[in-house]
Amino acid sequence: MSDVIEVRGLTKVFGTITAVDHISFDVREGEIFGFLGPNGAGKTTTTRMLTGVIPMDSGSVRVLGHDVRTDPVPAKQRFGVVPETSNAYVDLTAWQNLMLMGELYGVDRARTERRSHDLLETLGLAGRSDQKVREYSKGMKQRLILAMALLHEPELLFLDEPTSGLDVQSTRMILSMLRALNMDRTTIFLTTHNMAEANRLCDRVGIIRGGRIVAIDAPEKLKSATDRLHRIEVSFDGEIPAGDLASLDGIAGAERTGDKWQITADNPDQAIRSLVGFSGRHGAAILTLQTLAPSLDDVFLKLTREKGP
Amino acid sequence: MNMRGAPEQLRRAWAIAKKDIRIYYLKGPVLIFGVFMPVFLFLAFYLGGRELPLAFLLSGLTGMALFFTSTAVSPAIFPWEGQARTLERLAACPVTIEAIVLGDMIASVLFGIGVTTVPLLIALALGLPLLHGVVLAFAVLLAAFCFSALGVLLAVPPTNVPSNIMMLSSLLKFPLVFISGIFVPLEQLPAWGMALAVFSPLTYFVDIVRYSFTGTHYFPVLADIGALAAFALVFTVAAMVLHRRNIPWRM
Repeated sequence: MSDVIEVRGLTKVFGTITAVDHISFDVREGEIFGFLGPNGAGKTTTTRMLTGVIPMDSGSVRVLGHDVRTDPVPAKQRFGVVPETSNAYVDLTAWQNLMLMGELYGVDRARTERRSHDLLETLGLAGRSDQKVREYSKGMKQRLILAMALLHEPELLFLDEPTSGLDVQSTRMILSMLRALNMDRTTIFLTTHNMAEANRLCDRVGIIRGGRIVAIDAPEKLKSATDRLHRIEVSFDGEIPAGDLASLDGIAGAERTGDKWQITADNPDQAIRSLVGFSGRHGAAILTLQTLAPSLDDVFLKLTREKGP
Repeated sequence: MNMRGAPEQLRRAWAIAKKDIRIYYLKGPVLIFGVFMPVFLFLAFYLGGRELPLAFLLSGLTGMALFFTSTAVSPAIFPWEGQARTLERLAACPVTIEAIVLGDMIASVLFGIGVTTVPLLIALALGLPLLHGVVLAFAVLLAAFCFSALGVLLAVPPTNVPSNIMMLSSLLKFPLVFISGIFVPLEQLPAWGMALAVFSPLTYFVDIVRYSFTGTHYFPVLADIGALAAFALVFTVAAMVLHRRNIPWRM
């Protein structure tokens, strides 16, 4: 699997502030890469440099094999961008905005019209296509700029906080479209604050803080690396001996809270197997069992608090 | 501009021009300002009691119409688009800065030529003989490009507040009108006035319009055309280079 984005030593300085500080990472073909970080961490600045909107001060970025600094137009031809703030032309209708995108990407008129019909239909805007964008709600504008970014069928899609502040309907529609696009092998670079969204969507996430990358890995690997001890919550349909529970393989400790047991496990897989065996030996059926591994929120908070400058 | 992609970039510049015309130019107030501003300036002088020939004043009116309309909207487009974030949309598209500048210029050229036909029709309706129509047509096209390039160049300061740019633009445009032989014939200008007039592209266009209607001119016609072409080239290149340098500040 080749890399569609290759970033090496990327740096951006605004006055005395280093917004992005020598970051390096790769995004693989066909993956959804989440780019996470607190406000002001450098996410949007990084995305703008990757998409050739602002110049980098040093380092290099190759997108789909093209150097974004020296050869931006062929790269831009093959990717789409959904920025954080809707930037469709509000004095044009949705249809006119899409026709403009078709012309700016060199898509022939018939294909532009066909794609526009399909996208407006899929994104629930077909009935409002002749209305000026000024009259659209925030969710409708965001769905429109997604349609504008997808019109030329890009191989790579950059999205900066695509669901920020949107209603549930628009959020679901956009996320479902992103999943469908990814199934069709579109690579997605997603900047988001929403950990649940990143956790559900992303194959890998990169976390940036103070302009530096503090972690890059699959969400589940980041979670397990962040907290060595996992927690398991289990309940049985009868009384069981506490001492025996704590001495099982893979279990570091057991504490009773109400009708449940809070288990700390250094090896969750072994611990669950031990609990199942224990339940059989003592004739106590397991009523509920939940693994309480650290969430991506926990990982994010831990990494963005600990490793800062 | 990548020359391999130049024809494609030209097509995209045309798309930007169409967008500009639709969004910024086809608005009642813009059209009214474009027509009325030169007409009122003309009337101020015509009714002011000065005994200047009608052909002289209508030539000046034509010059002002093209100058004001070609520079009326173009300086504000970059700041407007920076403010509305649509410039970021264009910057993320496979379109060069040169194509964006050219697109803005094309829209301005078409608007300028369209409005300038009004004083030309007035001149013809008042019975002024058009002696050199081809020269006039070529000069209108060349001057429209020259003034439009100047308009886009005026948008270079990296501010997204259109009123700041428009103020700067007015500070430059109005003095030019008074040193370009519109209200005072070039031959009557004092030496210092003449020294300033040669630095105004409007001087050369007005000289050609007068030549087209009266057959008289101050500079040789080829010198007028050469000067307009040189100004157009310098303004266009400067606009493209400086916008390329400043556009990140608008994002």
